[in-house]
Amino acid sequence: MYDLIAGPWHWSVSGLLIALTMFALLYAGKAFGFSSNLRTMCSIAGAGKRVKFFDFDWKAQRWNLVFAGGAILGGFIAYYLIPNPEPVQLSAATLNYLDEAGVSRPGSTPGFSSFAPAELFGIDSLLSLKGLIVIIIGGFLIGFGTRWAGGCTSGHAISGLSNLQLPSLIAVVGFFIGGLTMSWLVLPFILQL
Amino acid sequence: MRYLTYLFLGTFFGVVMTKSEAISWYRIQEMFRFESIHMYGIIGTAVVVGAIGVALSKQFGWRTSEGKEWNLKPKDFSVPRYLFGGIIFGLGWAMTGACPGPMFTLLGQGIWSIGLLILSATFGTYVYGVLRDRLPH
Repeated sequence: MYDLIAGPWHWSVSGLLIALTMFALLYAGKAFGFSSNLRTMCSIAGAGKRVKFFDFDWKAQRWNLVFAGGAILGGFIAYYLIPNPEPVQLSAATLNYLDEAGVSRPGSTPGFSSFAPAELFGIDSLLSLKGLIVIIIGGFLIGFGTRWAGGCTSGHAISGLSNLQLPSLIAVVGFFIGGLTMSWLVLPFILQL
Repeated sequence: MRYLTYLFLGTFFGVVMTKSEAISWYRIQEMFRFESIHMYGIIGTAVVVGAIGVALSKQFGWRTSEGKEWNLKPKDFSVPRYLFGGIIFGLGWAMTGACPGPMFTLLGQGIWSIGLLILSATFGTYVYGVLRDRLPH
């Protein structure tokens, strides 16, 4: 039983459980979408006094912040209390790419999460050019892009497509145009910095 | 009491994202390089199950716990906002291997630099708010 929970879980199980999370929120009268929390956080920080876009009743969005707080707690529990027994098992092709790009394989940095490479996300990486670019510029693009598009993976790819929304399909096409451009054309250069 | 429900649901989601490895930078690279079915399987299953459930809810008029209609408002149609906004988010997603949900889960895993990522994402949303009237929607 413990092994079953410790994972990793099959993609079909994971996809099913994500859909169930969405239904639970819909049943509660809410909608599944994480990126609106970033707007709420701007409002709480007082951005509504200067910019009209942030002048709204953020208190009605508190449930979503609590949901995000739960996502933090869930990460803690799943990572520290019932850790995945092995690092991410990537395809041979991806491992090959990592080796060529000089990125450490999952789990190869002792003491650091096996879910992300220490060169980009370790605390020391904040002193490196590529680490700073990924964290600062990458974060900015996520915050700017999701709000312009009106949603992220949860809001458009999962909720929007489930509701057969054409705008969400356009957004997802956009996600992939941007993602493929970054992965194939831009990121290889950043990793060399 | 209601907040406890959302805390529980968020925790459940954080566990699912971790156990599915969907929060992994590596998995996102693998997805955009078309080198595994893993992430497509997760998102595809969620969408198929989601679409069936949403269709059933409309067919049978399922209500929320408070007896209201489900929050499934159609989105206003336009191309530029979804396409351009989507492309910008996609660039950030492939760079950081994280989207707004997983960012929070990764923070719970003790990857502290993610705290700065969340701050810069919040700043990105702020800048969007400032420029909003000048962007095509």
